[in-house]
Amino acid sequence: MVKTTTEPETIETAADAAVADETAPAPPKAVGLMSGGLDSTLAARLLKDQGVDVVGLYFNTGFCTYDHRRAIGRKNEDPRRLRNHALQAGAAAQVEIRVIDVADEYLEMVKNPKHGYGNAANPCIDCRIFMLGKAREIADQEGAEIIFTGEVLGQRPMSQHMDSLKLIERETELKGRLLRPLSARRLSATVAEREGRVDREQLLDIKGRSRREQEDLADTMGIDEYPQPSGGCCFLADRNFGERFHDLLTEEKTWGRRVGRDEIMMLKVGRHFRLSPLVKAIVGRDEGENHFLERFRADRWRLAAVSDVGPVTLVTGSPDDGQIMTAASLTARYGDGRDRETVEVKAERFGAADPGIPEVPAETRMLTASPAVAAEDLARLRVGI
Amino acid sequence: MTEPVPTGDRRALEEKRAAQDLVPERTVDALGLYCPVPIIRTAETIKGMGAGEVLEVLSDDRVVLIDMPAWCLSMRHEYLGFREDGPGWRLYVRKR
Repeated sequence: MVKTTTEPETIETAADAAVADETAPAPPKAVGLMSGGLDSTLAARLLKDQGVDVVGLYFNTGFCTYDHRRAIGRKNEDPRRLRNHALQAGAAAQVEIRVIDVADEYLEMVKNPKHGYGNAANPCIDCRIFMLGKAREIADQEGAEIIFTGEVLGQRPMSQHMDSLKLIERETELKGRLLRPLSARRLSATVAEREGRVDREQLLDIKGRSRREQEDLADTMGIDEYPQPSGGCCFLADRNFGERFHDLLTEEKTWGRRVGRDEIMMLKVGRHFRLSPLVKAIVGRDEGENHFLERFRADRWRLAAVSDVGPVTLVTGSPDDGQIMTAASLTARYGDGRDRETVEVKAERFGAADPGIPEVPAETRMLTASPAVAAEDLARLRVGI
Repeated sequence: MTEPVPTGDRRALEEKRAAQDLVPERTVDALGLYCPVPIIRTAETIKGMGAGEVLEVLSDDRVVLIDMPAWCLSMRHEYLGFREDGPGWRLYVRKR
């Protein structure tokens, strides 16, 4: 008997061809970290182009600066500049992108990273281990033998030199499965490469901080839009944010008050002033930040000048009367009434959200505040810049 | 080699208006949520739908008009377009 095979009308990829040929083995499957940056996009394409069934994972950690700029919603900002790069990369390369919310678990890791922080609040090695651990869970559930990343040997100082890459492999128990297509030929072969399911010769041997090879490859592949790797996409790597973060963490580590996701969100906006170990005033700097802060007024004091354009101020913790007055002075100091002797400030205490943002305050006070806060007091109270 | 979806095609999809007579099988209310959360909710909901069924997503995050068609392209769902609805939008996706 002659065996016939069915061919589809169009064959888009080697993977499609393998599926069409009933006698061919199923293509190998890979799950990988895709931030939308050029390196992870290239890594995905290198595998897809040789017939690997690729799924990209984008983890929502809660520390992405692009996500925050969207939430601030400044009207004059071009929405195209705020798009999710991982989704755009997936669209361009026709790679399935799964968006996964890991913010709560990720925060617990950031509070206590085993391998410490970089220059700010960036636990880059623990972050890698966390994400690869999540990728591994998904890969095991779906029968994917390969986990890939866009890491390039020698590119990032903390997490991408040889010792770090090996440490990450050990801690995630991914030795033999973790594939970095852009630098694969400088690293030990994975099982999939050794056994011929991935062609190692089609992978690359990039090393170092130059972007030239990646940009040339992007041209060849027709990848025309990608964010520039100038950093600044993660709040944790920002020194100002890092200072505020470590300050906030003392509330938990020294004083035993658990820090939650809401307070992390508020670190991203405003001027921060520590009034006592468990009380802080956060003063909005513009309309977008004021609007953002309003979302977090449940269970907090909210202050704003009655007759002047100016900031919304939130006070966290349980402030006493003196601290509320200080917050009122700060509110006056940063508003349009700053050159007057006094400014009328309304202070409202809101109860819990039930759900959503509470509309009616539980208590209201009208305060006459002096905007004249001494420079040395500002400096003493200020957290970060 | 896999050919990428041309940029021009992606942009055309971002401007696509939904037909007036679309009737969704399910609706996701993502009002007040910022990307990528509307995408996460869409993905969770569409998992439980049948092939060919239409999902409606309500959102007031203008970036969703760019992120949703991109997500649909990557997942090979059909993006059917959007309609304005007050300060937000209704977007429509047909599950592949």
